[in-house]
Amino acid sequence: MTAPAEPSRFARGTSRVPDLIFRSGTRIFALVVVGLLILLAIQLAVSGSQVFRTFGLSFITGTTWDPVAGVYGALPYIVGTLGAALIALILAAPIGILTAIFLSELAPRRVAMPLTFAVELLAAIPSVVYGLWGIFVLSPILKGTVEAWMIGAFGWLPIFAGPPFGIGLFAAGVILTIMILPTIVSISREVISSVPNNQREAMLALGATRWETVSKAVLPAARSGIVGAIILGLGRALGETMAVTMVIGNGEHIPSSVFDTAQTIASKIATTFSEAQIGLQTSALIGLGLILLVITIGLNIIARLLVWRASGALGDGPA
Amino acid sequence: MTIRMPIRTGTLALATMLILGACGSGATTAPSQPAATAGGTTGPSAAPNPVPPTGNVTLTGAGATFPGLLYQVWTEKFSAVYPNIQINYQAIGSGGGIKGITEQTVDFGASDAAMKDSEIAALPAGSKILHVPTALGAVVLIYNIKGKDGSAIKGLKLDADNVAGIFLGTITKWSDAKIAANNADLAANLPDTAILIVHRADSSGTTNAFTTYLDTVSPDWHTKVGAGKEVNWPVGNGAPGNDGVSAGVKQTDGAVGYVELEYATVSGLSSALIKNAAGKFVPGSVDGVTAAAEAIVDKFPADFRQVPIINGAGDTTYPIAAYTYILAYVDQKDADKGKSLVAFLYWALTDGQGEEKAIGYAPLPQAVQQKALAELHRLTTGGAPIWP
Repeated sequence: MTAPAEPSRFARGTSRVPDLIFRSGTRIFALVVVGLLILLAIQLAVSGSQVFRTFGLSFITGTTWDPVAGVYGALPYIVGTLGAALIALILAAPIGILTAIFLSELAPRRVAMPLTFAVELLAAIPSVVYGLWGIFVLSPILKGTVEAWMIGAFGWLPIFAGPPFGIGLFAAGVILTIMILPTIVSISREVISSVPNNQREAMLALGATRWETVSKAVLPAARSGIVGAIILGLGRALGETMAVTMVIGNGEHIPSSVFDTAQTIASKIATTFSEAQIGLQTSALIGLGLILLVITIGLNIIARLLVWRASGALGDGPA
Repeated sequence: MTIRMPIRTGTLALATMLILGACGSGATTAPSQPAATAGGTTGPSAAPNPVPPTGNVTLTGAGATFPGLLYQVWTEKFSAVYPNIQINYQAIGSGGGIKGITEQTVDFGASDAAMKDSEIAALPAGSKILHVPTALGAVVLIYNIKGKDGSAIKGLKLDADNVAGIFLGTITKWSDAKIAANNADLAANLPDTAILIVHRADSSGTTNAFTTYLDTVSPDWHTKVGAGKEVNWPVGNGAPGNDGVSAGVKQTDGAVGYVELEYATVSGLSSALIKNAAGKFVPGSVDGVTAAAEAIVDKFPADFRQVPIINGAGDTTYPIAAYTYILAYVDQKDADKGKSLVAFLYWALTDGQGEEKAIGYAPLPQAVQQKALAELHRLTTGGAPIWP
């Protein structure tokens, strides 16, 4: 690995000790990060093992969470977590990517600068503030407008049926959309900006329009980075707790439609852990945490594979 | 200082002479100077009122959120009397309090529900735990119903069957004939609005008290749901904390939820009058709760682990009430901390009781207070009683 010419060029009679310290130091810290993740997973698996021993796979497929009877099933929370994150992703991905394209490709500098700053400010708002805003402002508005309209127009589809509560899976999805937008926008914008200018110039020289340049030259080159941005956003959506707890309605059942109340894994753990009884109930909550970890890692791996396949097809190697 | 508990004892023939002797001197001692003048000498086993050591001591406690405000006021007032004693109380939840005392990470725990046998079995081998009742709370039903004439419904009355029916989901509209039967005066104004239930999403002592009520009054509830700090609700939405439930009820026309008494006052929402064992509809109140506890005082268990007080006898009794406890090990490993803890608990059970009503807590009935004071004599350090 190390070229023999290198030391002679830089080593002016000094030892290689600093280099050694630097290299081993960085290596140790890199290993600590990986080690933390492994230790965390082991700890979750050990502490949560009781519930898996007791219920086996039916802990994952069970739909009843009843501490009185000592029966624990995680499916409603898994569905709630994925449902809220999916709604957020469906709404945030197009908005985020289009915003990023506007900011980096179309907007004049004096518009792009303050807009970029404003989008990034969204990320600085504490999630409990989003939650309060969700309860008192967003949910009454959603209830009276979007939800009422969608139920009227698409109510014949079971997934859009039901009374508009204002709070529920949909409200949680909308709150999450706002919360993950800054992540998606700012990373996508960076990635799009870093596409070499000669790509654009080549397209324009061929007589392509703005739209053709962006869709045929810029976006394909930036694709893997944009997918990465969406995955980061998804990660936040899956794990977000406080704001979701406040607007999802904490319904302990599998939601029957997007307007029904639901409960997410993170919210369930946060609301009940402090009062949980030592033993099976605590173990069940830790088991939920393990499931969330597996979901997050699983989705990340799937997304990575997608990115690699997409970039492989394009022939520009993994990003 | 307001009414002094031990003075009121005079009318209560039940109180034993031994206890009267033990705390007699406390009755005439101003809270600002207990250390100097304390020193009861009546009775063979009488000892001076417990006082903390003179050195600096810090006690750490954690547990129930419901008495959080009370304990904050108490620790401030107690530290004003004994500036060398610092007491930190963290309101992390009853389960956290039991966990803390089991793992011995705190000097005392606090819980809204008495520890279960399984929880006591999890304590370190050979150790014994003391449940010291400190206050009582009530669970009330708050609601938000717009009547047919557009005005908010006030003074809704509900009997046990209707409360259970609503929370089981068998009564779904406010105009239901069963609800109207309780409310002859309001019946014409009760709307067709669907009932939306808001329950606690987190596990809590409030839920334990309320579901114990439902479990007691409704056989259906008993077989389908049961009682506990967290249950599998047949219907309704969850909201975190007493605040969350209040906010949820406030948001929706037709909503009903249960909260601790003080939150009902703070939220500004109407709360329902519940039919008690004597057949009277009573509003939730501090006095109604103390009355409930007084009515069953002779059934107060020897180990102090009282389940929530449901449907107590008496005209003014409110039917859903529960004790909240401080948990401490009988044998205190650290002598200074043990002494401080006994002094604090003694103060809380005597002078501290006078603080409760003003901030929305119900003081202990006389007899329970006396029993609790007697229990303090059991605390030991290094095998010797702290307060003989």
